[in-house]
Amino acid sequence: METDTAHPTTGPPDHHHSEITLRVNGKPHTLTVDHRSVLLDVLREDLDLTGAKKGCDHGQCGACTVLVDGRRANSCLLPAVALDGGDITTVEGLGGDGEELHPLQRAFLDRDAFQCGYCTPGQICSAIGALAEAAAGHPSHVTDPGAPAGPPVALDRAEIRERLSGNLCRCGAYPNIVEAVEDVIP
Amino acid sequence: MKPFGYVRAGSVEEAADAYASHPGARYLGGGTNLVDLMKLGVEQPATLVDVSRLPLDSVEELPAGALRIGATVRNSDLAAHPLVRDRYPVLSQALLAGASGQLRNIATTGGNLLQRTRCPYFQDTSKPCNKREPGSGCGARDGVHRDHAVLGHSPHCIATHPSDMAVALAALDAQVELYGADGERSVPAAEFHRLPGDHPECDTEIRPGEIITGVVLPATAAGLPSRYRKARDRASYAFALASVAAVLRVDDGVVQHVGVAFGALAHRPWRARRAEEALLGAAPTAAAFERAVDLELAAAQPLSDNAYKVGLARDLALDVLTRLAPPTTST
Ligand SMILES: Cc1cc2nc3c(=O)[nH]c(=O)nc-3n(C[C@H](O)[C@H](O)[C@H](O)COP(=O)(O)OP(=O)(O)OC[C@H]3O[C@@H](n4cnc5c(N)ncnc54)[C@H](O)[C@@H]3O)c2cc1C
Ligand code: SF4
Ligand code: FES
Ligand code: FES
Repeated sequence: METDTAHPTTGPPDHHHSEITLRVNGKPHTLTVDHRSVLLDVLREDLDLTGAKKGCDHGQCGACTVLVDGRRANSCLLPAVALDGGDITTVEGLGGDGEELHPLQRAFLDRDAFQCGYCTPGQICSAIGALAEAAAGHPSHVTDPGAPAGPPVALDRAEIRERLSGNLCRCGAYPNIVEAVEDVIP
Repeated sequence: MKPFGYVRAGSVEEAADAYASHPGARYLGGGTNLVDLMKLGVEQPATLVDVSRLPLDSVEELPAGALRIGATVRNSDLAAHPLVRDRYPVLSQALLAGASGQLRNIATTGGNLLQRTRCPYFQDTSKPCNKREPGSGCGARDGVHRDHAVLGHSPHCIATHPSDMAVALAALDAQVELYGADGERSVPAAEFHRLPGDHPECDTEIRPGEIITGVVLPATAAGLPSRYRKARDRASYAFALASVAAVLRVDDGVVQHVGVAFGALAHRPWRARRAEEALLGAAPTAAAFERAVDLELAAAQPLSDNAYKVGLARDLALDVLTRLAPPTTST
């Protein structure tokens, strides 16, 4: 699986296809993608990484959230061709080698932070991105506008809820999701 | 989706050239609106000219104390920028009130300004829409229009502009910088978006092929008290039903500088010039605020299902202005 080609969404480079290189969960992949393919399609269809989910396909649910160059993003709206050279982390790449889980994955299990699990990979990737943003001092809609720029933002429940509002959970596991995130706040 | 070509531009000039030489081209910023509309069949570009990696991704201080924001600065980075938070809090607040954390990480300054309306008839190619297909009619006028305009609409279109950021830029007297076949020019943010009139297909003053290169925030508004407030159907991750951005400076008990703009009420951020005129030089009292806001909203022409927006916008504006006024004079 080092180099993947030959799939419905791929073909030889031409006017409508381009060759790109993506680093996904630490592994480089060179693929020829149809310009219409978004990152989510390439992950799921070409790389068999089915962790990121297609919920709405329009940026409205967050189920497709992955980390692009360390930042959380909706993979359903990102044309893969525009990400050439990018570094992608999906839920499959969060843990260590083998069966080791990321602390947030462990916390989701401990807190029973899901029911059907469909939104979970997106919730986890989004929360990891949100924790990094808060650590870098990024404010949110509920951060006191008078707070000084620079220092990390402390995450209380209101902050967690606001920062994760881009991830819908139709099973309504929100209370436990917030608790799981609270468990891993440094 | 129809197949399309892809060109990544290395410079602004290269992007404009690529656009000119590829009929049916569209610029690609973060893609959060354009790709969405392509999936819906509303946009069918023959070529995407990717401008997201242009070297326009910084926020820089200009000599006279203004701030230039590059067109590819992401919404999240702009909202978090220390100079923006410190000098233009209304802009940071407006950005943070929009979309979601992951969308703001992708969305660019240029793309945010040029995002299209969220009118459901515009987004559904099986429905009539003068904006999408001039002359086909307006599905919303006699249809579902709870979210639509109450100010400045025309018989042809009652859509609103959905951006929160643009409302703050209008109140701040920002300038939008453009590059195109005729060289560089700049347009006041408050006049960048149009009213629909007879041509609802034109959202803005941008000319075909022009690129937004940046936005300049003026020194005159730097450091003034400013604030954004947005009402929506849920607490987060929803477009505005009504919003207000305001900048207010009070000295010696009278209003010395005021900029007020409403969001989600019109086809463009609605700069409240009448209210501003009424307030300039006046004491910032509750009565003065009410008079000024009512004067502005007297022009409203709500439709059958969106009259609630007028009262909502009034409450938001009064709340924001009252909070911006110094406590001693705000009674
Ligand atoms: C679910 C959802 C919820 C949202 N909620 C909100 C909200 O609450 N408030 C809000 O304000 N917004 C909201 N948005 C909209 C979001 O802010 C916009 O989609 C985003 O700002 C667009 O930026 P972009 O860079 O992705 O633009 P793109 O999608 O890349 O481009 C948009 C348009 O701008 C053009 N363009 C891009 N860059 C340039 C340039 N430099 N020069 C010339 N033309 C250019 C493109 O050709 C296209 O026509 C939401 C979006 C989604 C999907
Ligand atoms: S309001 Fe404007 S965008 Fe909506 S259907 Fe009517 S013409 Fe189209
Ligand atoms: S699938 Fe991407 S946001 Fe819903
Ligand atoms: S657990 Fe079912 S959608 Fe969240």
